[in-house]
Amino acid sequence: MIVCITARAAGTDAPVEERFGRAPCFVFVDTETGASESVQNPLIDAAGGVGPRAVQMLSEHGATVLITGQVGGNAAKALEAGGIRAYAYRGSGSVADALAGYAAGNLTPLSLS
Amino acid sequence: MKIAIASGKGGTGKSTVAANLACVLSCTRDVVLVDCDVEEPNLHLFFPAAAVDVPVTTPVPAINLDRCTFCGECGKFCRFGALTVLKDRVLVFPELCHSCGGCALVCPQGAVREIPRTVGRVACSRPIPRLTLVSGVLNEGEVQAPAVIRAAKMLAEGHPLAIYDASPGIACPVIETLEGSDACVLVTESTPFGLHDLSLAAEVVEKIGIPAGVVINRSDGEDAPTMEFCRERDLPVLMTIPFSREIAAVQNRGGLICRDLPGWEERFAGLFERIPGVRP
Ligand code: SF4
Ligand code: SF4
Repeated sequence: MIVCITARAAGTDAPVEERFGRAPCFVFVDTETGASESVQNPLIDAAGGVGPRAVQMLSEHGATVLITGQVGGNAAKALEAGGIRAYAYRGSGSVADALAGYAAGNLTPLSLS
Repeated sequence: MKIAIASGKGGTGKSTVAANLACVLSCTRDVVLVDCDVEEPNLHLFFPAAAVDVPVTTPVPAINLDRCTFCGECGKFCRFGALTVLKDRVLVFPELCHSCGGCALVCPQGAVREIPRTVGRVACSRPIPRLTLVSGVLNEGEVQAPAVIRAAKMLAEGHPLAIYDASPGIACPVIETLEGSDACVLVTESTPFGLHDLSLAAEVVEKIGIPAGVVINRSDGEDAPTMEFCRERDLPVLMTIPFSREIAAVQNRGGLICRDLPGWEERFAGLFERIPGVRP
């Protein structure tokens, strides 16, 4: 399973970013192998509609779980349609911390509707 | 002749000037007044009358799933996020679409078709003899103000004299309104904020290259900085409307000062003749 965590920078040590569409970086972690891939978000300075566009990026990378702070209405619709479950991480921890929280079942699902 | 009434910001009395000017002109000739402030049209409040509505549509994409390979090109192209390509479907967010048509162009499969979507309407009425009112009304939550403005201007096309009431500010709806105008009247107030907004609006008008003049509204008599600015920029001051209880009272009940207060009919007629480029 591939989990995407929004982050301020690349790597699993980077702090989690609460914004979704305008997060500087998406860190994709394969929970089976532990491998991670960091992708710079090309949308941080985009004019609008960043949420749904970011969801397309997640879909392209095969993510089925998203960990972030919050998502907007259109992004929520796209996540739901794409079968991507979203969880809220609100704290100053790193990507690794958020992932550990998710694995332990401590994160609350973001309501998508 | 097409005259746009604009202002750097809202609440300066732009609609007042447009409504009074149109009303006065309709005594002597045919005039069409176009409310281009489509997010908050208010000219119909001055001129209540039954209107005929024409819907305004813009094309938005519809995806033919028999052809679509979910390659993602359209979603990557759309800079407004109106398309999200997932593994087995394409989501369309029509309210984000700006109808640029790009997704249909980039689709390698020819899977994008365009379907019309209603984003607003244009209301046409004939409130007094020789005055036609055309009001653009953008539906709530829609982003396509320019499409509604274009439709409103199109319905007014062909009239010998049109007055466009622009929306406040200097964003794209204002540019869309100014486009094709022969002259522009900038309405301002004699406050420091008023002057700041006037200078922004004057810059836009100058860039588009339309001759312009200024109406100072709600003047408290301290107009020296505004006059100075107008002199520097070669903008004639066409009219000054003083701040007065009497005028405020007429405005507050939605009245027209050219109708309700003596002397103002002549003043607005004079304003028209002073607008740069007008051949009365
Ligand atoms: S027409 Fe333009 S704005 Fe609308 S969905 Fe296609 S690419 Fe996006
Ligand atoms: S570009 Fe065409 S084929 Fe590719 S996802 Fe979009 S609609 Fe489908």
